[in-house]
Amino acid sequence: MLQIENLQVRIGDKEVLKGINMHIEEGETFILFGPNGSGKTTLLMTLMGFAGYEVTAGKIIFKGVDITSLPTYERARLGLGMSFQRPPTIHGLKTKHLVSMCARNRNIDVYAMAQSVNFDKFLDRDINAGFSGGEIKRSELLQLMAQNPDLILFDEPESGVDLENMALIGKTVRTLLDGACDPSPETCMRDLRRRHTTSGLIITHTGYILDYVNADRGQVMYNGVLCCDTRPTRPRDILDHITKFGYKECIRCLN
Amino acid sequence: MSQLTPQVDLEAYSFEGQESEELKDIDQVSDERKAELRMVGVDLDATRSRAGTFLQFDHSTVHCQSTGQGVEVLGIVQALKKYDGLPEYFWKALDKNHDEFTRAASQQDLHGGYFIRTQKGVKVPDPVQTCLFIKGEKVGQNVHNIVVVEEDSEVHIITGCATSHGVMSALHLGISEFYIKKGGKLTFTMVHNWGEEVMVRPRTVGIVEEKGVLQNNYVILKKVKSVESYPTIYLNGPGAIARFNSVIVTPTGSYIDSGNRIVLNAPNTRGEIISRAITTGGTNIARGEIIANAVPARGHLECKGLILGDGIIQAIPELQGRVAGVELSHEAAVGKIAQEEIEYLMARGLDEDEATSTIVRGFLNVDIMGLPKELQASIDQTIADLDASGGM
Ligand SMILES: Nc1ncnc2c1ncn2[C@@H]1O[C@H](COP(=O)(O)OP(=O)(O)OP(=O)(O)O)[C@@H](O)[C@H]1O
Ligand SMILES: [Mg+2]
Repeated sequence: MLQIENLQVRIGDKEVLKGINMHIEEGETFILFGPNGSGKTTLLMTLMGFAGYEVTAGKIIFKGVDITSLPTYERARLGLGMSFQRPPTIHGLKTKHLVSMCARNRNIDVYAMAQSVNFDKFLDRDINAGFSGGEIKRSELLQLMAQNPDLILFDEPESGVDLENMALIGKTVRTLLDGACDPSPETCMRDLRRRHTTSGLIITHTGYILDYVNADRGQVMYNGVLCCDTRPTRPRDILDHITKFGYKECIRCLN
Repeated sequence: MSQLTPQVDLEAYSFEGQESEELKDIDQVSDERKAELRMVGVDLDATRSRAGTFLQFDHSTVHCQSTGQGVEVLGIVQALKKYDGLPEYFWKALDKNHDEFTRAASQQDLHGGYFIRTQKGVKVPDPVQTCLFIKGEKVGQNVHNIVVVEEDSEVHIITGCATSHGVMSALHLGISEFYIKKGGKLTFTMVHNWGEEVMVRPRTVGIVEEKGVLQNNYVILKKVKSVESYPTIYLNGPGAIARFNSVIVTPTGSYIDSGNRIVLNAPNTRGEIISRAITTGGTNIARGEIIANAVPARGHLECKGLILGDGIIQAIPELQGRVAGVELSHEAAVGKIAQEEIEYLMARGLDEDEATSTIVRGFLNVDIMGLPKELQASIDQTIADLDASGGM
């Protein structure tokens, strides 16, 4: 699904990513850890192709296409989606209009979709205008449901979310990645999962999201490079490791 | 300023001889003409959902009818005859000697205009539509409009001002006087769609009594040579409210100097002026002035401008508090579309043009005016067309 080779990225004069290699398989959910300022958000922004993130070396292959220099909307149309942490307010643009635009030519029931994330009452509000932290999360998820991407990038989906909303957001992220998970007489759970090919790349500090999604692999970003790619790659193990020993172990790993 | 207000040469326009026949049957109007009128909110196929219809073509009032829903709609000349010169209203809010255009308007032949008066206590269910239309090249049109909203009554007037397709140059002089009595409410929506060389010099004054409300909407999206317009509203009774919303687009060659003045003359009055301006190459002077002479009184001015071409937007918000305790505020911002907003929409699959036009439409946000569906749709269509033709 996604293949990143020796990706180096500069913001202004600052070299932030210093040679990232990463691959994410179809249907796989990948967890990215790392201390503040290590370059996690920068990686997601670069994957989306936003201005200001200058790729100085390396390439990004998505679904077999080299997207390193494609404009953002072409990446989105290829099936790349992202949940924004601090999305801008667009005055006069109603949430329901944006949601239906996200679906492009697909037919969706905006209202029913919004109800499933408890967001139907916000459909007539201008997008992100005065939304609280948790409301932004639900709005982003709703847009992604409408967009239906093949790889979804989440930047700290649990930040600023209360416990009750965490369950809703966790379940919605899971649905987005794994599809509707109710087994039916014709299909068992295993087949359902196998048939669904949405991949995820999730940044988390707390790991709360791990209670909800089937995380397959993980790595730690440290100072613009990825480490822990040989040793524990199960996200739970990485989280336990960081919790016990802190990020200093990552430096050892690198040396 | 790099540009000065284009000057009007009154001699260059003909104020005589452009008469049109009365239209007994509205079906005489061609489909093409109907389409031109529909663009400015005047729908001749929907007269059944209008409480009244008034049409002025060049120098003649050609059609005037009301459906008897508690509102009287007359041509001004007829009204002056019927009501002995309308001594309480005709040139009473506005001074003939206000400026060269009021003087010209009072000295030239009066070509028409409308007199609209509600019945006391009646909330007129459907809008009244009026159209001031110019068909002939180099026509000078001189109209005088009077609106009287009687006590506790309510009406929505839609006024479309336009020139016929093919008319390049003309001059529109329009005097308007609004009288809103105690507890009355007037929603006044004006849509302009002029020829490219047309000069427009309306002069408008309104007087609002106790607990009266004026909600004024103004939309101009297409090229015009020059508009200079500065309606002044006096809130003379306690609890009176005035709200102005305008949406102004200035393409290359347009020069629009437009704004509103609200004078808060009584306690508990409120004034609000909200304008959205986009330039794609023209000049827009966006004025706004709130003067408070009484307390408690509140006023807010909001002026937002987007520069999408090499145009000029000059926001001139003015606040004048003349007694202690008034609350007046303003907010003005002139800039460009935020890259962050474009990227957000592109991340959802919209290309740069789609993202830009989505943001522009949101910015213009005509929705808040609460217009009838067909007019809203027609304005949305005009914005979409401008967009598609690269006008934005
Ligand atoms: N626009 C910018 N201009 C200059 N430096 C920037 C800019 N954006 C990011 N950086 C720098 O790049 C580095 C990586 O930032 P990034 O946001 O990717 O970190 P992060 O891993 O997401 O951190 P956090 O966990 O705090 O969200 C930081 O040192 C940050 O200051
Ligand atoms: Mg970050």
